[in-house]
Amino acid sequence: MSAPAGRGLEIRGLTRRFGGLVAVSRFDLTVAPGEIVGLIGPNGAGKTTVFHLVAGYHAPSEGSIHFDGTSLVGLKPHAICRLGLARTFQLVQPFAGLTTLENVMVGAFNRAREVGEARRRAAEIVDFVGLGPRRDVPARHLTLPDRKRLEVARGLATEPRLLLLDEVMSGLNPTEIEAIIGLIRGIHARGVSLLIIEHVMRAILALSHRLVVLHHGEKIADGPPASVARDPLVVEAYLGETSEAAPR
Amino acid sequence: MAGRLVLIVVVAVLVVVPVWLPKYALEVLISVLFFGYLGSCWNILGGYGGQFSFGHAAFFGIGAYTSTLLFLHLGLTPWIGMLAGGALAAAFGLFAGYLSFRYGLRGPYFSLVTLAFAEMLRVVAVNWKAVGSSLGLVVPNRGSAPALFLFAEKLPYYYVILGLALAALAITRLIERSRMGYALAAIRENEDAAEAAGVDALSTKLAAMAISSFLTALGGTFYAQYFAYIDPSLTFGPAISIGGLLPAIVGGAGTVAGPLLGSFVLTPISELTRALLRGRAGADIMLYGLILIFVISFLPNGLVGWIRSRRSAAERPA
Repeated sequence: MSAPAGRGLEIRGLTRRFGGLVAVSRFDLTVAPGEIVGLIGPNGAGKTTVFHLVAGYHAPSEGSIHFDGTSLVGLKPHAICRLGLARTFQLVQPFAGLTTLENVMVGAFNRAREVGEARRRAAEIVDFVGLGPRRDVPARHLTLPDRKRLEVARGLATEPRLLLLDEVMSGLNPTEIEAIIGLIRGIHARGVSLLIIEHVMRAILALSHRLVVLHHGEKIADGPPASVARDPLVVEAYLGETSEAAPR
Repeated sequence: MAGRLVLIVVVAVLVVVPVWLPKYALEVLISVLFFGYLGSCWNILGGYGGQFSFGHAAFFGIGAYTSTLLFLHLGLTPWIGMLAGGALAAAFGLFAGYLSFRYGLRGPYFSLVTLAFAEMLRVVAVNWKAVGSSLGLVVPNRGSAPALFLFAEKLPYYYVILGLALAALAITRLIERSRMGYALAAIRENEDAAEAAGVDALSTKLAAMAISSFLTALGGTFYAQYFAYIDPSLTFGPAISIGGLLPAIVGGAGTVAGPLLGSFVLTPISELTRALLRGRAGADIMLYGLILIFVISFLPNGLVGWIRSRRSAAERPA
């Protein structure tokens, strides 16, 4: 009965066109269970589009996306979440009128059947991400670093096997980035594999087992972080852009 | 604890006091509960789910017409007819909701589509001879016939609408404290993020729509029995849609007590302006409109929001 589980994320020949613009072109990517994969590339390279495609917010023009053997193409975001694949948003999207705990409870209901159970699970995760002291504060009153943590907490509360993190470190200072790196390691230690979009190179190099580089919608590198960072194609892609997008 | 005590006192007052009220005051109180009830029904979808329907008259009218037609043609008691009306309204709500939500109509677009559905039904009723066309339908007065939802006095009607209103509040409370309540709030705050957190937005909105439209239809049957007359513009017209959403918004959308509280403020004002400006057609509505503008500009979160912010300001030492 059981589907071939434990194969992770498998993307083959993924293409997405918006009118004449090819945002993602014949993109292949795998994320094995237990793996942390970094997805980098200059602004506009198509990274977030890949997340939208995987999480069901856009339909692929071509190609296939499988998660633990199940095709995700045509599934709605909530169904993909139920399969164990959660995402965060680059621009944080808290439920502004709900408290920190209530925000996370919404995610916890992905597995929990009743309110008490959801509250217990959510409270545990709120503490885990370090928002314990802010648990009863409406999300609209949280600072940006706290909102980033909330975004991660809500995704984590759905109990995913794979979590997609979209620039959870942007806008944070070095101390806050250190803290988030620690948090991501903690999430990985819970048995969650991760696909991370990040511009903060120091962090992505420290975290990733493997680095994938997108440029103009195409994959130009895929391998161990150290060697990818030295790849001439990658260096050129970054140097060809404004300094803002260059590796830090 | 204090909240429960307040609730018990309020319910006790609402049960006991009307016995001694003069007829006019009782009529006003029935109106208060009636619009409070409609507001509560609207609140489940509009307040909690953030789906601002401008067309709840569609469900109200379906309820009023279904129970009345079943009564007139088959002699079926409206007590049962109202359930049939509710079921039919819920089915129509699911149909209209599926069309709207499936194609991603949000915010004002959803409001406009619901308004269009209600107007469509109004036009159908106006032009359909078998349902009385624009002349409407008269519920025959047989004096007191409790088994047929007909009473000679106002007081029994009062207790019926009180029961409906309290039931709506209880249902709202149950939803608020359930998984569905959290899902609705998440959809209201940010539908894309709700989906990302595993909320099935379409099913949740449809469930809220079905409950909201079922309950609204019961209000339609109450109206038909109480006034013993219905016509297309009275039941399917925008006045009923607005009569439901206003108390909810003024009282506090997305709160349990908001709609009833809103109606306790709005309905007497509306009655008062009508009484004061009798004979000057439209003047009462203008004055009522001015009061509304005032209330909404100074209490953007409704009465409940205002009370809560005052209370939390009082708790926080300056």
